[in-house]
Amino acid sequence: MEHVAKRVMLPKFNLSRHGGLIALAVILAFNVIVTPNFFQAQTLAVNISQVATIAIVAMGMTLVIATGGIDLSVGAVMALSGALAPLIFLSEFGTAYPALGIAAALIIPIMLAMVCGLFNGYIVAFLGVQPIIATLILFISGRGIAQVLTNGNLQTFSNPYFSYLGTGKILGLPFQGWLALVIAVILTWVVTRTSFGRYVLATGGNERAAYLAGGPVRKVKIGVYVICSALAGLAGLIVVAINSASDAARNGNLMELDAIAAAVVGGALLQGGRAPIFGAILGAVIIQLVKYTLLANGVEDEYALIAKALIILAAVYLQQGRRGKNA
Amino acid sequence: MLDGDSFDLRKYIARNPQSVAVWVALLVLIVFGLLRYDNFGSAYNISSFLNYNAMFIIISVGMCFVILTGGIDLSVGSVAAFTSIIAAYLSPYGIEIALPCAVAAGIVFGAFNAFCVTHLNIPPFIATLATMIGAKGGALVISGAQTIAVDWGSNFTQLGMEKAFDLVPWSIVIVAVVVVGLWIVLEQTTLGRTVLAVGGGEEASVMMGLKVDHARFFAYALSGGCAGLAGVFLASGFGAGQPLEGVGWELSAIAAVVVGGTLLTGGLGSIPATIAGALLLGLVFNILNFENGKGTISFSAYWQMVIRGAFLFLVILFQVRVMKLRQQRASL
Repeated sequence: MEHVAKRVMLPKFNLSRHGGLIALAVILAFNVIVTPNFFQAQTLAVNISQVATIAIVAMGMTLVIATGGIDLSVGAVMALSGALAPLIFLSEFGTAYPALGIAAALIIPIMLAMVCGLFNGYIVAFLGVQPIIATLILFISGRGIAQVLTNGNLQTFSNPYFSYLGTGKILGLPFQGWLALVIAVILTWVVTRTSFGRYVLATGGNERAAYLAGGPVRKVKIGVYVICSALAGLAGLIVVAINSASDAARNGNLMELDAIAAAVVGGALLQGGRAPIFGAILGAVIIQLVKYTLLANGVEDEYALIAKALIILAAVYLQQGRRGKNA
Repeated sequence: MLDGDSFDLRKYIARNPQSVAVWVALLVLIVFGLLRYDNFGSAYNISSFLNYNAMFIIISVGMCFVILTGGIDLSVGSVAAFTSIIAAYLSPYGIEIALPCAVAAGIVFGAFNAFCVTHLNIPPFIATLATMIGAKGGALVISGAQTIAVDWGSNFTQLGMEKAFDLVPWSIVIVAVVVVGLWIVLEQTTLGRTVLAVGGGEEASVMMGLKVDHARFFAYALSGGCAGLAGVFLASGFGAGQPLEGVGWELSAIAAVVVGGTLLTGGLGSIPATIAGALLLGLVFNILNFENGKGTISFSAYWQMVIRGAFLFLVILFQVRVMKLRQQRASL
């Protein structure tokens, strides 16, 4: 009897597993038929450069979600690292030693971002505060700190070396797209092949069991928040590089929502225990393509928001909805 | 009711140990404000402070119900923006039409959330995130991305100005009645107890034959309705429906609920402590404004954000400390 039931369930399960891919296929097919000039190198490049930042943040978010956590501070961390970089390479030191200045402008903001992650991770892991609240602290004050650093001013610059991060191309495709791909490969390796990765999944799957089995639950939690913040910091730098300007008020604004949506559409479970890294990229691509499709077809922004809401619901319903109430 | 003879402080603390922090912090801030600023205790400051924070109190209380079931509602800010536009459009017909319609619109959004959560089994975080995005889009669509001025000729804008019995603004009276009503619902009715039971253990509640889905449906619909009411206050207080307002309100409300000692996992929490949490977070702003007014130090808006976050951090640290002490005492 059970066998029969399982066999009957199988196609349904497959459908829900590949809901993201199906959604992507539908959107692509729609674009091929409807959107003018969809199959052009430029369209591809524009979309990749837009999607890379969401994807990079979403991958870090996926790791955090895999431990059963969430990180609301990624947008604020982007603003923070994005505000710091131009301050460094436009400083006296940065202009006197351009190469060192660029290196410092890449390394120091990401290190600052990692400190933010350490802060989040410490509050979650050692103080036992729920992740939404723990990361809410930096969500509120992180952007404030970024604006204090820059006095709330827009910092514009022209620095081809730094801008390469956001405008450079390799084999005709945007540099940050390749960067996202490399990060995805590394993180997939981490999740599937390292003990850290296994502990991430174990912590999210059953924290108490992971702890009793001698798993370094606290270190793992801190680790994922640090990685997530580091990636958010990197994304903040990329956004600044794309615009050749740093605007602490807008950099990364509402990114936490896009990243969470991308991670979940990509198959992450908010309860933890699953870390589909490439799923996060898939989710980011879907969200970006929806945005692009509506924009390219002249749909106004406000309707695009409604469509985005429905697509998130549909994708999650397909993937998670049928798993039962307590799944 | 609040200070009646039947209210036993020690019993309250024993039942809600995690909300001690918020009451202490609130008391400290109030005493600090009273000692440091001349007009802090003036009728004008108290009245305008409560009037402005009425919206946040009401959405925090709605949020508290949702969080008690173990859920979360991220859509309250967008829903309030949406209903502020409904209220503004209907303002010529007076408050007696505009208010119920706006609240009803909020309940519709809440019911949609509830449907997604209870029937489609979509995680609350995602379901209400989608509603947040969708309601924002809806608000922009129905307003044409413009602020919608309210009709100053009707009694609509009197909500926050006209005083009941020449004493308190009507907005505060409405909030007080709603909040006390909801407190009674939570503490005294089957529905309210079911809300608490669901958050405490959903499976156990189902097995006990409690109407779990009813309780969750009620919580989300209520939160939507509260957001709808907040939208009415928004429109009447600022004289316009505001499609772009409400950003970050959900997080303020969640912060207020959690600072009030309600666990995000559900099952444990209290309405009065949630209100104290909302007042506390509002009071930080109020005090920063007074500090700026004194002219000794001037905090820019950016610093205010930093200080607000730092303050939230302090309250959480304090809360962790209180809980730890209590656990130690319990284990002795």
